[in-house]
Amino acid sequence: MLSIKNLHVSVGDKPILKGINLEIKPGEIHAIMGPNGSGKSTLSHILSGKSGYTVTDGSATYQGKDLLDMAPEIRAREGVFLAFQYPVEIPGVSNVYLLKAALNSIRKHHGQSEVDAMDFLTLVKGKVRLLDMDEKFLYRAVNEGFSGGEKKRNEILQMAILEPKLCILDETDSGLDIDALKIVSEGVNSLRSPDRSFVMVTHYQRLLDYIKPDFVHVLAHGQIVKSGGPELALELEEKGYSWLEDAEASA
Amino acid sequence: MAVANSSQYLEAYADRFADLSEKSDSWLKQQRTEALAQFSATGFPKARDEEWRYTQLSALDKTLFLPAQQSASIAVDVEWLKNYQLADAWSIVLVDGFFSAELSVLDGLPAGFVVSSLTQALAEPASAALLTDKLNQAVNFDENGFVAFNSAYFADGVWVYIPAKQVLAKPIQIVHVATQSAVAINTRTVIVVSEQSEVQLIETFVGLEGAYVSVAVAEVFVGQNADVTLYKVQVESEKALHFGGTYVKQARDARFRHDNFALGGLLARSDVHTDLDQASECELNGLYLGVKRQHIDNHTCINHLKPHGISRELYKGVLDDKARGVFQGRVVVAEDAQKTDSQMNNRNLLLSNDAEADTKPQLEIYADDVKCGHGVTVGQLDEKSIFYLQSRCVDEETARNMLTFAFANEMVDKVKIKSLHDVILGQVLMRFPQEGIYKEWL
Repeated sequence: MLSIKNLHVSVGDKPILKGINLEIKPGEIHAIMGPNGSGKSTLSHILSGKSGYTVTDGSATYQGKDLLDMAPEIRAREGVFLAFQYPVEIPGVSNVYLLKAALNSIRKHHGQSEVDAMDFLTLVKGKVRLLDMDEKFLYRAVNEGFSGGEKKRNEILQMAILEPKLCILDETDSGLDIDALKIVSEGVNSLRSPDRSFVMVTHYQRLLDYIKPDFVHVLAHGQIVKSGGPELALELEEKGYSWLEDAEASA
Repeated sequence: MAVANSSQYLEAYADRFADLSEKSDSWLKQQRTEALAQFSATGFPKARDEEWRYTQLSALDKTLFLPAQQSASIAVDVEWLKNYQLADAWSIVLVDGFFSAELSVLDGLPAGFVVSSLTQALAEPASAALLTDKLNQAVNFDENGFVAFNSAYFADGVWVYIPAKQVLAKPIQIVHVATQSAVAINTRTVIVVSEQSEVQLIETFVGLEGAYVSVAVAEVFVGQNADVTLYKVQVESEKALHFGGTYVKQARDARFRHDNFALGGLLARSDVHTDLDQASECELNGLYLGVKRQHIDNHTCINHLKPHGISRELYKGVLDDKARGVFQGRVVVAEDAQKTDSQMNNRNLLLSNDAEADTKPQLEIYADDVKCGHGVTVGQLDEKSIFYLQSRCVDEETARNMLTFAFANEMVDKVKIKSLHDVILGQVLMRFPQEGIYKEWL
């Protein structure tokens, strides 16, 4: 699905990622954990194509193609979905309009015709119910005036409708109360499938209580300093990040 | 090079003035004479006038625009006019500034309501009696040269009278159509809405291809506890000059809303002035779109004269190519106008490096217990929003178009009359790149 090899990324002259290696196979869930400033967000941004970063070395290959060479919208149409840490408010563009534009872009990209209006509404309304959202959300401007929880739920709604192959969740748990966290997690869990992979970038263990990862990687100072199974997250919660950072410093 | 000045206009309009004076009752003749004296003294505004410093009036010096004449036959394609004339409204049509009975649709207007040619109204004793109290009462001849020019030389216009305690089922539309070139079209509209009535009005300005100047002054009297919404849709021809002034007097508890769509013309200036009495409310909305070399100028003045008034103002501008947009918004709170609540906003979106926005909000507050605020922005599209849309499969160009459209659409969405909303939406979409914007999804 995704193969990251020796990835080096800078912002301006400042190196942020210093040689990331990561193999993600279809159906797997990988959690990327790490303290603030470790490069977690940079990793999700570089994978989704945000500008302002320079790749100085290494590669990221997605389904056999050079991911870093694609425009952000092409990545999205190829099935890469970034759930934003801070979803952007877009006044004047309704949710349903954006969903339709997005879905039709994907269909066009794959040589399919535009979605039928009735089929589209049936699909969207079904997903809205799944996420326990009010249908009125569809006709409101994208994220405008939404609470933190509503914004995150809206991200998952988009994901549910666009059916991506690779989902990158950037700090999805930040700003969520426990009820919203449960709903968002249930939404994500319902999307788990043998041919869909997830990368969850998070600071805290609590999201992993609800979405069980297959692998946990700890990012510190721009490198993956430790990888393991779900038990690693528990160990981190107990001990904090400092023991790994110390270990790295003495290595 | 200046080839025309106000004395040349005075000369060219001497016959017109004599003719109009002759047809006017003594009180109106007196007013025209005063207005003429004012125009003779000041001429058209100059760049040195603070209120006109951003408005380039050189086009008026280059061409002497002669008075528009009433055409013997109507050169207006009815099918074309349907793009602007609403089917679900009463409409009165002026062609080159003169009432056209053929094009107007006024059947079934309830008894007591009047929508008519101003000239005809002045010729009838009953309406003339009402007009003596209203005509020229919301304007000052020394406001600016265009008001004086218009007051001296208007040949026709519209008279709207709404009796008390009435709600009109359909809106009233005033359609100004320009068919000639190198002429000045001078119209005066007087709208009286009596106490406790509610009405929606639309002023539409549209032209064929000509280079003409449209000088349109409207006076609006909103009676006690009455509610008036006035939409202005300015889609003049690409070569036209438009100088429009809307002067409003709000009685106690009166509500007035003005939605101003300034889309057409090479040089278009719109002034909206309103005086608020005790506890009256006004809402001024505006959208100006400039492309190519358009210059679009919007000036507003909200006068809070008495306590407890509320005013809300939002003007948005989108400027592309070499277009220039000007917003000058003034809010005056008189010493007596305690507890005034006023908010003014102006937001501009620049789509090209050569586009320009000038914005000048002015608050003049003489009372000490008020809540007044203002905010202005001039900026470009938000890069974060563009990336968000890209990450949702939308290509960059479409994302830019979507965001530009969304910025403008906030104002279009405020239009409550469906047929009018659709006309304006079409006009907005026509003026901007719409690759990837699907009207049918909106």
